[in-house]
Amino acid sequence: MQISMKLEMKDSPGQLVAALKPVSDVGGNIIAVIHQREPGSDHGTLDVQIVLELPEGKLEKLVGLLKEQGVHIQRIGQQRLLYKRTVILIGHLMHTDLSDTVDQIDSTGFAEVIELDLSMPAVKERSSSRLTIKSVTKEDMEAALAILRRVSQQKSLLLIEPLEEIA
Amino acid sequence: MKIALIGLGSVGRGVAEMITKKDLGLTITGIADSKSGAMDPDGLDIPARLAHKKKHGYCGDPNLSTIDIIKKAAYDALVEVTPTNALFGEPAIGYIKTALARKKHVVTSNKGPIALANKELRAMAQKKGVALRYEATVAGAIPIMHTLEHGLAGNEILALYGVLNGTCNYILTRMAAEGLTYEQALMEAREMGYAEADPTYDVKGIDAAIKLVILANTIWGHDVKLTDVDCTGIDLLTPDALRLAEDEGCTIRLIAEAIPRKHILRVSPRIIEKNHPLVVDGTLNALTLETDMAKEITLIGRGAGSVETASAIIGDLLYIKDRYDGRA
Repeated sequence: MQISMKLEMKDSPGQLVAALKPVSDVGGNIIAVIHQREPGSDHGTLDVQIVLELPEGKLEKLVGLLKEQGVHIQRIGQQRLLYKRTVILIGHLMHTDLSDTVDQIDSTGFAEVIELDLSMPAVKERSSSRLTIKSVTKEDMEAALAILRRVSQQKSLLLIEPLEEIA
Repeated sequence: MKIALIGLGSVGRGVAEMITKKDLGLTITGIADSKSGAMDPDGLDIPARLAHKKKHGYCGDPNLSTIDIIKKAAYDALVEVTPTNALFGEPAIGYIKTALARKKHVVTSNKGPIALANKELRAMAQKKGVALRYEATVAGAIPIMHTLEHGLAGNEILALYGVLNGTCNYILTRMAAEGLTYEQALMEAREMGYAEADPTYDVKGIDAAIKLVILANTIWGHDVKLTDVDCTGIDLLTPDALRLAEDEGCTIRLIAEAIPRKHILRVSPRIIEKNHPLVVDGTLNALTLETDMAKEITLIGRGAGSVETASAIIGDLLYIKDRYDGRA
């Protein structure tokens, strides 16, 4: 996926190279680097806009590595699917149209099912599946889970949600 | 301090034996089971009463009922450990009210009355100037009420998460460890004496929900009811579901949670990381409190058992003894 980031770092020699190293560390590819020296913002920091191609699922790692380098991320543009949650669904998943269940999330535009593991022990027995959902924001994830709760209830499926991080 | 002990099942026996064995300054002056009662203002011969019950099936004089003992015996504190009726709370509510009306302290392990009539009973105790304590109703030996009342005094409790039903936790532990089906694990739990002949109350999450109601009302005083809890049990879980969780370094546990700011009051099976402090094995219970000052506190311990539950009851009795100097 293609991402643009606006970064703020110390304006000292070697800083930009150090900041960009994590991109290749996670297997990403830098497409463009745009220096931005905004007038009147000269307080020893450098603003850089970068555009990069990143393998799926590496954004969180890159963000972590950049922070370790002391780089401040001001904005991530066109970024997709930052939150990840795994749920388990139990019930007659095929008879209740699993692809429709998945589609109810995917069609929102703000969340999607990125992984699905299905286990069907025998015909007529209840099957179990693990769905990994990604969304852009935490609020979107909440909305996606609310949809899944409603669909599960309609289709008499047992939805097992993760215990949220204690915050 | 003089004690009247109502109910001589596993918990009542544990209380009687520990009070007899340990020098705690507690004297049992009244005792009752479902068929008989006995009282002596100078203290009963407890080993003789227990032996009598073992041999004949009842502990005292068949002409003395439970309510006779509560009304007539000379005691400072009533220990009410009769079986729980979660739907109506009777006859225990009546027992407790009768003792409170006599200005007697009450200590109970009985979830029914506390879940259904906590507000009314607490108000009555306050009016009469006596204590109503129920540490043993939630999470057995874990001193959750004492922790809330004293250790965390002044803290705002923001949320609580608990593993409050040992039967469910045992079944889930065994399903995860051995790949057993729900039915197999339940059968094993029955053989071990961890599950009732009719396990509905435990496996549907109702028992955990009742404990959640008791905790929520104790902490926040919102007077919530069992029907306010969004409750899902573990009886529809599959071994595959546990394996799918395991693949991600997680497992599944029945979690009771209350988060007032989000209006959450829920008991449900949840995916939880295996190294999470609430992931305890077998019949253990665990509780995490999230507070403003202390942040997170987790308590782990035995949620049931004769002597374990007696520990919670005796803790309440000795608190009353210290606080009120034994006088009612």
